[in-house]
Amino acid sequence: MKTVPVTWRGRLGRAALDTLVGTAIAVGALLSIVLFVTTTYFVVISVIGIGFLALPYCTRAVRWLADLNRRAAARSGVPVGRPYRDEPQEIEKDIVGWMRRCKWILTDPATWRDLLWLLLNCLVGLVGFVPAALLYYAGEGLFLACGLWQPIAQGGQGRWYASVTVDSWPAAFAAGLLALVVLTGWIFLSPLVLKGYAYFVQFLLGPTRQSELAFRVQHLAETRSGALDFQAAELRRIERDLHDGAQARLVSLGLQLGAVDRKMAQDPEEARRLLRQARTSSVQALSELRDLVRGIHPPVLAERGLADALRALGLASPLQVTVVADLHDRLPDPVESAVYFAVSELLTNALKHAEATRVEILAWCEEDILHARVTDDGRGGADVSAGTGLEGIRRRLASFDGTLKIDSPPGGPTVMKLELPCALSSPKTSSS
Amino acid sequence: MRVVLAEDLFLLRQGIIQLLEAYDFEVAAAVDNGTDLAAAIAEHRPDVAIVDVRLPPTFTTEGLQAALRSRREQPGLPILVLSQHVEQMYARELLADGTGGIGYLLKDSVLDDEQFIDAVRRVAAGGTAMDPAVVAQLMTSHSRDEPLAALTGREREVLELMAEGCSNTAIAQRLTVTEGAAAKHISNIFTKLMLPPSSDSNRRVLAVLAYLNA
Repeated sequence: MKTVPVTWRGRLGRAALDTLVGTAIAVGALLSIVLFVTTTYFVVISVIGIGFLALPYCTRAVRWLADLNRRAAARSGVPVGRPYRDEPQEIEKDIVGWMRRCKWILTDPATWRDLLWLLLNCLVGLVGFVPAALLYYAGEGLFLACGLWQPIAQGGQGRWYASVTVDSWPAAFAAGLLALVVLTGWIFLSPLVLKGYAYFVQFLLGPTRQSELAFRVQHLAETRSGALDFQAAELRRIERDLHDGAQARLVSLGLQLGAVDRKMAQDPEEARRLLRQARTSSVQALSELRDLVRGIHPPVLAERGLADALRALGLASPLQVTVVADLHDRLPDPVESAVYFAVSELLTNALKHAEATRVEILAWCEEDILHARVTDDGRGGADVSAGTGLEGIRRRLASFDGTLKIDSPPGGPTVMKLELPCALSSPKTSSS
Repeated sequence: MRVVLAEDLFLLRQGIIQLLEAYDFEVAAAVDNGTDLAAAIAEHRPDVAIVDVRLPPTFTTEGLQAALRSRREQPGLPILVLSQHVEQMYARELLADGTGGIGYLLKDSVLDDEQFIDAVRRVAAGGTAMDPAVVAQLMTSHSRDEPLAALTGREREVLELMAEGCSNTAIAQRLTVTEGAAAKHISNIFTKLMLPPSSDSNRRVLAVLAYLNA
């Protein structure tokens, strides 16, 4: 959301931009007529069976135009989400896939709302011409006032301008004043016209309550299964670590102590050696358990909360890490834990893959959203699909309605932005 | 030597009391929470307080905080902190006043009674006892620093032992070299790290830790 300009220069610039955008909208309105007719035509024929060949192309064009209008609406301060359902995955490259794609298009209510919008937009979109028309009219008045009225008046008939017949200097002066009024109207009306149009776009092209709920359900279903999978995998890992690590060590410790018991009488020296061994085993068992505990829930997080836990992460890293954590309240445990492990993994990535030397970790809360930012000076080019665990981090954050945004141009620097709602089960942070 | 002990796990508390008494320490009070700890220290004025980091009622860093508060009331009160895990952050907080008489060890250290008792005595005498795990963490986080990289492998070993709080004699024993060789390594380290040479083992430890904490 942009701040509204208050200087005259800002207002002028904005009105000029609004005029351009408005004109584009109006041109879009003309395009709407074409698209409405063709799409309707193909939808109708696809019922008979032949139109489905062109339907996806048509739909793509319609959605492209709708998206442009959504962007124009967002520019006027009315954000409009995309209500379309996700494309079906792994479309076959043959007729079956094509039919499936058509089914996906035809069963999406948003497709039909787009069509309705096209139909209405043929007329409504023409309001986009209003700013340009006002500007043109103001320009005409100013030109007349500057003396353009003379050659026209010599042709025998004075030009009529906004209730004034311009055939003398005083009349020209009056026309000039009127033109200035129109110009002022252009400056103030243009944003209003566009805003009004933006609401019309929001009304028809925005997600309905129903589609929002459908999205939410889909998102929750996906992230829930992700969270359950992750949790099950974690439990399996913990079970395996306990089974092969601490448990096995304790068994061998018991065996060693049994041997000590037997040797005690006849070979005290050997018994002593075994005792020393047993002590070593118990230290190893402890250190394994300690690592395991760290992996489940780092003690420093339990004792001190997220801000200090992040600082401890920074201290323990071989990289030069600065941590600025501005978090005053303790957050719900699962949220703290999710952010901690995400940042921990990003730090490891910076060390292993990016060959970074300096890392900056920022964390702060704003309007119930927890933000964390990890910036490194490594070689950049981080990619979710590169198997660096970024996809895993993203999936884990998703189950908290959190997002991970990656900005990593080749050559660095890499900036990773995490956002999570501070409270559990609050709606999505941003539609991305 | 009189000790106040704070540890919430009954078995461990009894074990440490037995261990200390076997080495002729007097356990003046053994408590299981932070509130009682502060009271016991104020009442008994022990030669050393042995404290578990995580204590009831909060199960956060209650023990650490209570010990640090008591130390503000009784400057120089020797404190040996025991924990299931070591954090550099806590080590820094403990060492912040730079007067020594501080120990920070993993609970495993009680398994090796001689070394544990040695650490208790060292801390009570105003020295320092840092867990090797803390020192190792400090060393890795500075492994890329210029001056540290200039040390030989042997010198790094000596530096680690020095940071833990070992005397020249102890370092020589642990590395099975002569005391003269150990002293030579140490003076080389001080030269390379541009630290002021020092004979008092505690000032030496604090200098090294201050360097690593930088």
